[in-house]
Amino acid sequence: MTEMVHGALPMRDGEPVLPKWWRTVDRWSLSCILLLFGVGILLGLAASPPLAERNGLEQFYYVERQALFGSVALCVMVVLSMLPPDTVRRLAVMGFAGAFVALVFLPFLGTDFGKGAVRWYSLGFGSVQPSEFLKPGYIVVAGWLIAASQDLMGPPGKRISLGLAVAICFLLAMQPDFGQAALILFSWGVMYFVAGAPLIVLGGLAGIVVAAGTLAYNMSEHFARRIDGFLSAEVDPTTQLGYAAGAIREGGFFGVGVGEGRVKWSLPDAHTDFIIAVAAEEYGLILVLVIIGLFATVVLRSLVRLMKERDAFTRLAGTGLACTLGIQAIVNLSVAVRLLPAKGMTLPFVSYGGSSLIAAGITLGILLSFTRSRPQGGIGDALTGRIR
Amino acid sequence: MIRTPLRPLPQILAARARGQNPDAIERENLRLRHEETRDAERERAEGRLLVLGIFFLCAFVLVGGRMGTLAASDPEEPRAQVPGASILAQRADIVDRSGRILATNLTTHSLYAQPPIMVDPLRAAEELATIFPDLDVERLKKDFTGGRKFLWIKKKISPEQQQAVHDIGEPGLLFGPREMRLYPNGSLASHVLGGAGFGREGVHSAEVIGVAGVEKTFDDYLRDPAHGGAPLQLSIDLSVQAVTEEVLNGGMKLMNAKGAAAILMDVHTGEILSLASLPDFDPNDRPVPLTKGDAADSPLFNRAVQGVYELGSTFKILTVAQAMELGLVNPGTVIDTKGPLRWGRHRIRDFRNYGDALTVEQIIVKSSNIGTARVAMMLGGDRQRAFLDRLGFLKPTKVELVEAGAGRPLIPSNWSEISTMTISYGHGLSASPLHLATAYASVLNGGRLVRPTLVKRDSPAEGERVVSEETSRVARQLLRKVVTEGTASFGEVRGYEVGGKTGTADKPTPQGGYYDDKVIATFASVFPASDPKYVLVVVLDEPVETSGKEPRRTAGWTAVPVAAEIIRRTAPLLGLAPVIESRAGNGITLASNR
Repeated sequence: MTEMVHGALPMRDGEPVLPKWWRTVDRWSLSCILLLFGVGILLGLAASPPLAERNGLEQFYYVERQALFGSVALCVMVVLSMLPPDTVRRLAVMGFAGAFVALVFLPFLGTDFGKGAVRWYSLGFGSVQPSEFLKPGYIVVAGWLIAASQDLMGPPGKRISLGLAVAICFLLAMQPDFGQAALILFSWGVMYFVAGAPLIVLGGLAGIVVAAGTLAYNMSEHFARRIDGFLSAEVDPTTQLGYAAGAIREGGFFGVGVGEGRVKWSLPDAHTDFIIAVAAEEYGLILVLVIIGLFATVVLRSLVRLMKERDAFTRLAGTGLACTLGIQAIVNLSVAVRLLPAKGMTLPFVSYGGSSLIAAGITLGILLSFTRSRPQGGIGDALTGRIR
Repeated sequence: MIRTPLRPLPQILAARARGQNPDAIERENLRLRHEETRDAERERAEGRLLVLGIFFLCAFVLVGGRMGTLAASDPEEPRAQVPGASILAQRADIVDRSGRILATNLTTHSLYAQPPIMVDPLRAAEELATIFPDLDVERLKKDFTGGRKFLWIKKKISPEQQQAVHDIGEPGLLFGPREMRLYPNGSLASHVLGGAGFGREGVHSAEVIGVAGVEKTFDDYLRDPAHGGAPLQLSIDLSVQAVTEEVLNGGMKLMNAKGAAAILMDVHTGEILSLASLPDFDPNDRPVPLTKGDAADSPLFNRAVQGVYELGSTFKILTVAQAMELGLVNPGTVIDTKGPLRWGRHRIRDFRNYGDALTVEQIIVKSSNIGTARVAMMLGGDRQRAFLDRLGFLKPTKVELVEAGAGRPLIPSNWSEISTMTISYGHGLSASPLHLATAYASVLNGGRLVRPTLVKRDSPAEGERVVSEETSRVARQLLRKVVTEGTASFGEVRGYEVGGKTGTADKPTPQGGYYDDKVIATFASVFPASDPKYVLVVVLDEPVETSGKEPRRTAGWTAVPVAAEIIRRTAPLLGLAPVIESRAGNGITLASNR
């Protein structure tokens, strides 16, 4: 009776973990993620040998590393998706605290690998980019805070989470890494939106963004040049964008053939930011559409499943994770087709990069855990005569 | 707004009346309120999630659609796919005014090594050293056996050398195609052409870039594939250039000069038909620039364009031409030439005492400094400065050589009265021989300003007028008299009516004074004087003519004979028919002359 009243179905306590996981997890999303990982390996085979050659390494050095990190990422993902949301939240909060501290100490202990931005910790066998791990942690923490604020007499979670976001953005801007900072702000905005942000505030925010953009355009020559380069109809074929657009054109519908691509020899970021150009050139529009379809499936299915979710925390955090994943993919793809100005952003699970892969595994693991089908108290509603 | 009371008072009161505990009712009420807000939240969230979902769907469709349209469009242009492939582009040839090749390209090969794939590095090093004796065997061995993955061995090798290297049979020795710049005439016109070298270098090709001369000035033009390989046509005439260089070289040696320069210019168009500066170099193998000492001592130094010298009495005709133009004097005007002319602590003397007064004509013919200085005083510094400015003496010449910018004239910072006087006879203002040739052409061609150029022109440029036709004609007559009666008597070339003015200027010492025994001897000439076609300027650096009892340094003994020989040999090449000048008292009229 109590269970009926409180809207909880009897737990199948005796059920083993794996079958239960298999029964409740979003298998469509899971398969899409595995396929994306496979595509990532496939493209790594195509895109990374030139880089390996340039660095004097074995031809498939980066593919091997990608496979290694990918396996780790997949394991992390599966394990995380098996945990109940509360446990995930606790782990995420701890992870967030750790990553935040790591980010704070980055200017003192980090390295820039000669790339001009201090984003990495160098550990003998590889490097770690704390901001990648900070993202899922932050989203979970912010979701928790915002959900708590919706309770009667709850803490002012919206303000606290916004303060955290601003602090993180400040740290990231110091590196500088505006891309990640923008992602953090975006994730907060999405969660705030779903948590019921007043439309006036949203309109005001949009106005501020437009104003800041205009100001930056007028004040910063670097910024203005990028925007002008984006807006001009002509694309200089010797820039990264030009190469990427050329590669997509060259590929056509069915691609020039496996290993026949040329763009990977000219683009320094062919294995990370512009991997889609390599995909388009060698495998054609078909693979590109498959990749887009896979991302769209993961994001849209997650959002649809979250619509039914009754727990505010799970809903908010899940939304933040799904949308951040989606926007990252969209920004990466849009840059390659010149819908957006050049901004370095990796394609989650497909681009090469250890930190980015494992962080994507964590993100998707949490997302899968949050989108598992759970009893939503529908029976209780029916019994107590409430609508739905 | 209807406020719901926090506590369901009627129920609580009723429960109290029944003696029940009201807390349970309160908790139940709280739970219901909670659920209500949550339901409201959830419904709103559902709507907003839907909005998000639609946004993402649209975004993915948009990106996909854009990918589709992009993939469906044709590639805009063939892309340079492999780095380096784009570099292989024909550099346009350079030809002279009648289309003879001055610079062209030759396909050759570079030689490089990849030690990791070498079979027998030590033998390869030894064999290479026998083919290229300038290579150091030990160094090669060290490079081949060390950790290097790649090294250049030779930038350009001949087909025979390539075959020899090929015969070594070493897989680690590889060839990259190269296009090299070839100057088939060797050192001819070297200062005009400059030279070219390799810019960005890759294994498959290397870019050829101009490093000096017109090769550098027209680098973009020569490399631009849009011109379809159309050659760059210069105003230089190859045979005239060759003769000029040959005679100048002989004259320089005969006169024991350390350097020499000559410029032959078309008076009407400003086209330079030959431009020589000695010593010169072979642009196929440019010497390295001097790292210490005077850059002017390097064979790379272009004396005709870069070098600025006090050009001496050659300036006198410019002073007199301006005074005639302004109506201040005519050739018959008598000027006081009693020497020395004192101005403050300065004294102006003549080479010899020419008496107390000379006509303007005699001042030019005998080259009187005092007389010219007095004419300049009539002009005044401002008008003199403005006139020289119009003739281009105050700025570097605009000729199409990168070196021209370095030929910045030295002008007095304060154009005082004494400067006016000394500049009137070519001291106190240093300019390049090209400046002088341009000014002579402008004043003597009938009075139209010309711009010096190395590019062939189709029609004479009608420049602005600097002096009148009449002034120009009289100036030419005066110059002709200098040759027939005055200081440049060695300049007479029968049939070509040479007119010209000598100039001998003491060379300044680095300390600021003047050398007693080092001069710059200049002869600036125009021919034929009655119908001017060409201007020739010859400059000898530190000449000394030793055939007499005393060493002679004046231009009349050094530069003039050299210039006369150049005119004698180039005039026929330029297509000038000799004019038979009728002499006074010659009553015979040749039948052929009627």
